[in-house]
Amino acid sequence: MPVVAACTPAKCMLEYDFMVNAALAGTIVAVVAGVVGYLLVLRGQTFAGHALSHVGFTGATGALLVGASPLWGMVGVTVIGGVGMGLLGERAEGRDVAIGMVLSLSLGTGLLFLHFFTAYASQATALLFGSVLGVDAETIWTLLGLGAVSLLALVVIARPLLFASLQPELAEARGVNLRLMSVLFLAVVALATALCVQVVGVLLVFTLLVAPAAAAHRLASRLGYGVALSVGLAVTQTWAGLALAYATDWPVSVWITALGGAAYLLACLSVRD
Amino acid sequence: MSAIALNRLTLTLGVRTILRDVSLAIPSGEFVGVLGPNGAGKTTLFRAMLGLVKPSAGSLTILGHPAARGTAGIGYMPQTRSVSGVMRLSGTAFLAGALHGERWGLPLLDAAGQADISRVLDLVGAGSLAQRPMRALSGGERQLLLLAQALLGRPRLLLLDEPLLNLDPRHQHGIVALVRRLAGELGITVLFSAHELNPLLGAIDRVLYLGGGQAAIGTVDEVITGPVLSRLYGADIEVVRAGGRIFVMSGGQEVERAHACSGGVHAGEVHA
Repeated sequence: MPVVAACTPAKCMLEYDFMVNAALAGTIVAVVAGVVGYLLVLRGQTFAGHALSHVGFTGATGALLVGASPLWGMVGVTVIGGVGMGLLGERAEGRDVAIGMVLSLSLGTGLLFLHFFTAYASQATALLFGSVLGVDAETIWTLLGLGAVSLLALVVIARPLLFASLQPELAEARGVNLRLMSVLFLAVVALATALCVQVVGVLLVFTLLVAPAAAAHRLASRLGYGVALSVGLAVTQTWAGLALAYATDWPVSVWITALGGAAYLLACLSVRD
Repeated sequence: MSAIALNRLTLTLGVRTILRDVSLAIPSGEFVGVLGPNGAGKTTLFRAMLGLVKPSAGSLTILGHPAARGTAGIGYMPQTRSVSGVMRLSGTAFLAGALHGERWGLPLLDAAGQADISRVLDLVGAGSLAQRPMRALSGGERQLLLLAQALLGRPRLLLLDEPLLNLDPRHQHGIVALVRRLAGELGITVLFSAHELNPLLGAIDRVLYLGGGQAAIGTVDEVITGPVLSRLYGADIEVVRAGGRIFVMSGGQEVERAHACSGGVHAGEVHA
């Protein structure tokens, strides 16, 4: 990147529209990922998030093929996938092999769609590894809207969802509908996953959705602190990732994954089991 | 008034009949030990009392009302499955999550909720444990927190499902004595299920023994006898009393201990 003498590096960085857009998009996504990820780790369902992003790949490539927006294709298919997983309930949860199969089939189907689509390579790389530097203003508004829907849904269901996660039998006895909670939560996870893909891509969703949340779980034993820390780590990871990418000219996703891994490793080292 | 009344109750779980045409009543304030071989239906009976399993026939009345989900006044301590994410939370956070968790919205804790959490932690003497992550606690300490959780909201009936599981004898004794004391002080009816009778001896008022779709209730001396247990197990049972303890034997094998150690392999033999 060219360094202009009139400004400091940090200021220069934000003189590029694409960097401002990336920072805005990254912040929206990181906030949602931090909150949703914390609950995902609490419920022991992290693999579901990983699987949903792969399901979304089919949606995104399918949308490309028919000339629709890949973001909306991904949102539609991940939400359907999340609701489906929730409806299958306990029968699907923990079935690693079944989820893994769906995951592979989804990537395979996505590959087939890409095969029929002409602008193969660049689209595939963008979907698989993220393309936050290519985010335009319109996409930012879409991300903001979807992020707000995710967080508002959580505000409404947070209390019974937490109860159902901590003490399922007791929650059921008190009248909480466990199946409904599972479906609603996985629908929110699906939305969050589709948002994360816009920043780090299908294959690296784990780094934003799970790494900060898992580190926060180790460092904080109180719920409010845990969620705040998870959001703080996700946002820091995204901003630092963008800055390092700007400084080194390496892909943003490389730095975001490296920082996520480092944060989790440090959390593990500082709080041993 | 009876806290619990079963009137010609039949409970089924899938194709299995757990209870067949059973009638009995448990008066308020009684401390009842619930025993029986693995698969006899102790947990199913508790779940029916909570309204989670519907009677196939007959009726089940809890605190004066037909058993239904969301009935106020019932504290429940289920058998625990520990999810690793949950175990990183502190005891206080765990208790707060169970408080009025059936309401919509954010799980914010008001002053009354805070006070109720302090009250139940004091009752079980776990105030000093509650700030630590649950995975840093021993099994016995975790059981105290679960017992505290069951006491939230001042219940009149406590259903405790196997609180002694995986505890050493010293902690088993501690839990039984604590529940006995709290039940007396707070005037709560308690159903306490267990694999083994001996840790409960001297603490319980009566014993409810389940087996073979049937149930027997009465004092230990009335129920823990060869003829009654032979009927419930559908096999020849011999009851041996030695050194203040009671051993339930089948064909020279100690029945209860066999369940506890081998996960019910011998229970199957007894059933057959």
